[in-house]
Amino acid sequence: MIPRPFRIQSVRKETADTFTLDLKSADDGRPGAFAPGQFNMLYVFGVGEVPISISSDPRDGSTLKHTTRAVGTVTKALERLKKGDTVGIRGPFGSSWPVEEARGRDCVIVAGGIGLAPLRSALYFLLASRESYQKIVLLYGARTPEDILYRPELERWRSQFDLDVRVTVDRAGHEWRGPVGVVPALVRRAGFDPANATAMVCGPEVMLRFTVRELENRGMDHRHIYISMERNMKCAIGFCGHCQFGPTFVCKDGPVFGYDRIAPILGKAEV
Amino acid sequence: MIENLERIIAEHSFFHGMDERHIRFIVGCAKNVRFEEGQMIFREGDPAVHFYFLREGMVSLELMVPNRGRAILQTVAPGEVVGWSWLVAPYRWHFDGRALLATRALAFDGKCLLAKCEEDHDLGYEILKRFTSVVSERLEVTRLQLLDLYGSAA
Repeated sequence: MIPRPFRIQSVRKETADTFTLDLKSADDGRPGAFAPGQFNMLYVFGVGEVPISISSDPRDGSTLKHTTRAVGTVTKALERLKKGDTVGIRGPFGSSWPVEEARGRDCVIVAGGIGLAPLRSALYFLLASRESYQKIVLLYGARTPEDILYRPELERWRSQFDLDVRVTVDRAGHEWRGPVGVVPALVRRAGFDPANATAMVCGPEVMLRFTVRELENRGMDHRHIYISMERNMKCAIGFCGHCQFGPTFVCKDGPVFGYDRIAPILGKAEV
Repeated sequence: MIENLERIIAEHSFFHGMDERHIRFIVGCAKNVRFEEGQMIFREGDPAVHFYFLREGMVSLELMVPNRGRAILQTVAPGEVVGWSWLVAPYRWHFDGRALLATRALAFDGKCLLAKCEEDHDLGYEILKRFTSVVSERLEVTRLQLLDLYGSAA
């Protein structure tokens, strides 16, 4: 699969170490259809390729958005790019959040750190069809108040009457007026009907496991809990085997998995 | 008044499923309290005379760190408990507690409740089981916070 050229419209700094690229296709101007939760392979010419979740609105036919953290060689090179530069894109790849299956149910979105990026597309989708869902709850945890991703958007969502947004941070000084603690603790406090809810969870793997435990404690069935996994992905088509996770490939069978499918292997050091 | 307090205690999630007899027995140790936004509820080192079951608002557990200022370690929400220092010698607060928002709570006199627990060991065991669960949850949260999951190495 040959990468398509995309031109950078803007590079927006989100936090000290995260940024968002707004991209437009350099050939036909259209980003191509994708489902919330899917990812693209972004290619920095001469440096390398990296998988990054799509964080834009799936109904937006003009711009593709990718938010990532500058941690490795490729993502640091991406951060240095400027408006007008070109990157190569392969995708979209992988499975998606169960936004259609969740119609008629409460939706519990739980994100930790940069894990909010792949869930933003799902939120856009849910909010665009708000009448199709019951309660929508967004529980988000960040390291500090300065590390909160998409802060203006979160503030806007929080002001909506039909969306319950709760944000917690792991540590804070006296200037912070919100909750301090880890995001699984928010699951205990959130108002939703566990018997009629679908949970979508994304974040560091330890956070995923502890969040799932809290969802179980609330009485949620494994069949309605979905998590997005991260592994070292290279080819994105289930060919190279780098992202093998037990009997599955994260790039092809994931990154979004029903928890009932991977519960026996999640958290196993040998997998 | 006492009857109303009994109902409030029974409705708090900490006491869910507790024997009515036990709730009647401990109601005399409880009172309703309010704290203004920003009000200090207790300070590190002070005798832990009371502990609190939150009904509304939010309380922060804080620590003054030299050269860094006031650090918020954790916040406690409605339905949750503030304080177990009353249960463990030397019965002094280990942290500062402040109302981040206007807060309503049930305050229990720790000495009074300890005396009731000595008098009725069934009650004591029930209270201890429930507090052990709270302490265990707090320990788990603290361990997760120590992991710094969202740091660059995560």
